[in-house]
Amino acid sequence: MTVGLPHFLALSAIVFCIGVYGMLTRRNAVGVLMSIELMFNAVNITLVAFAHYITPQDVTGQVVAVFTIAVAAAEATVALAIVLLIYQHHKGIDVDNVNIMKW
Amino acid sequence: MPFDIVQFYADWQTILPECFLLVWACIVTMAAVFSRNSGEGTSTGTYAIWTLIGVLVTAVWVALTPDGTAFGGTFVFDRLAVLFKEIVLGGVLLTVISSIGPVDRMKLHRGEFFGLLLFSAVGMMLMVSATELLLLYIAIELSTVTLFVLAAYRKANRKSAEAGLKYVILGGISSAVLLYGVALLYGMTGSTELAGIRNGIGDLFMASGSFPPGLTMALLLLLAGFGFKLALAPFHMWAPDVYEGAPTPITAYLSVASKAAAVAAFLRVFFVGLESSQTLWVQAVAVLAALAMIVGNVTAIVQSNIKRMLAYSSVAQIGYILVGAVAVNTWGATSMTYYAMAYLFANMGAFICVIAFSNRMGSDEIDDYAALSRRSPTIAVFFSIFLLSLAGIPPTAGFLAKYYVFLAAINNGYLWLVIVGLLTSVIALYYYATVIRKMFFPLDQPEGGFPVSLPLTIALSISCLGVLLLGVFPGPFVDLAQAAAAMLMPGM
Repeated sequence: MTVGLPHFLALSAIVFCIGVYGMLTRRNAVGVLMSIELMFNAVNITLVAFAHYITPQDVTGQVVAVFTIAVAAAEATVALAIVLLIYQHHKGIDVDNVNIMKW
Repeated sequence: MPFDIVQFYADWQTILPECFLLVWACIVTMAAVFSRNSGEGTSTGTYAIWTLIGVLVTAVWVALTPDGTAFGGTFVFDRLAVLFKEIVLGGVLLTVISSIGPVDRMKLHRGEFFGLLLFSAVGMMLMVSATELLLLYIAIELSTVTLFVLAAYRKANRKSAEAGLKYVILGGISSAVLLYGVALLYGMTGSTELAGIRNGIGDLFMASGSFPPGLTMALLLLLAGFGFKLALAPFHMWAPDVYEGAPTPITAYLSVASKAAAVAAFLRVFFVGLESSQTLWVQAVAVLAALAMIVGNVTAIVQSNIKRMLAYSSVAQIGYILVGAVAVNTWGATSMTYYAMAYLFANMGAFICVIAFSNRMGSDEIDDYAALSRRSPTIAVFFSIFLLSLAGIPPTAGFLAKYYVFLAAINNGYLWLVIVGLLTSVIALYYYATVIRKMFFPLDQPEGGFPVSLPLTIALSISCLGVLLLGVFPGPFVDLAQAAAAMLMPGM
């Protein structure tokens, strides 16, 4: 058996679903952020796999993946700063406790 | 490829307004940092004036820049881009004017507030010009990541922190979903440029006579991603919390400028890149629009906080804008563009009234608005005009805006959607009128009036003028919207 495009796509779909699952079930804010990172990385797998198999002559997919990694890092920075702020207010980062506003 | 100095100059000429605003944003931010380090604080008004100068110069610059494309066609400067850039800059302008009071009450980081606002505006300006999905994604991120910070700006306030957390999590998810759609689309068509995607989809259809399921998947993911950004039901859960918790000027900015930019991006992606596959997504857009109108308007009735009410109302408003999207032609695009203009002034104005009220009263509860007409007739009258425009009552801009989107939808055979729109408009009128009734028919006589500060009066007057001009003399504005929409479909 050779590993081909479908395997990479399946892998990325599975990683993406794990990310979605983690994002829905994690109660720890940092865990939620990690799940979101998983979703981004799943996208990166897809992009790089497509770049390799569909458009071997150009590097668009790889470029997009590099940009995604950089942007995700920037987003994580802001997200962690906000989590820190939440910690100062709530003395914890359980997202279930962050619910002053409802409906 | 040899270096072409003429092309190089032409490329940068089209993007110079953005570059200027970016540099200006850096200057404002740095000035804030250094003035704090030097010991003497600069007043909020000074920052605001310098920010306003930057915004005004950019607005004039945008108006004077000739049309053109740059960087191999990934960045396009056309009438659509100009119109939406001016809408975004108008939103920033009104936000800056109205945030002087609220920002002044913050102890720390008053200058950076304006700097971040400008960075976010640069992101939105790039967003409306992007014809390449990577650039679009980066632009969206530039505008939202700064907004995450701005939403959590009142650090001492628990609600603001909560708004920041919710926004950052939902924003991250929506980016990931959007990007997954982009990746799949890239895999299907081999391109991230809208023109290439358009050709790629045509080839796919020619090859098999139908669309592959992967394309449907990509479209649904893209739609969900845009749904989050536009706060469209059922992807709107973050909006009310973020709107309530964020500083009110930021709420206004979020609900107007960022949505307008997202509408422009939506027009480019769906009306140009994915136009040939419209059978796959028009139905879904119609359902989303109907859901947004129903959920937004029905939930708005029970709100007791004015910011939350306006949040749900803006969910509904985006639903109305998307009613125009079921007509994938020049008329649909024109009506959506016109709606975006009307929405800018009406929604911005409504939020400025909320700011003016909470500056004095420190409250956002609808019940506290009782008998407002006795204490501040100015705010009460302006607020009523804006709410009536949002409800779509003539002679305000909202009426014609709704008329145009409904007309576009009917011409494309979406009568059911228009009926839903009309019925929900009646519901909307009910809760807008409730607020107006509270303001004008007091049961008791409250003591003490309060004046409105000069900057807020100016901002209110600009918004009010916009609402009435768009409503009474729609001609030139419809021409503008039509010229913008024509850019999407050169063939029609």
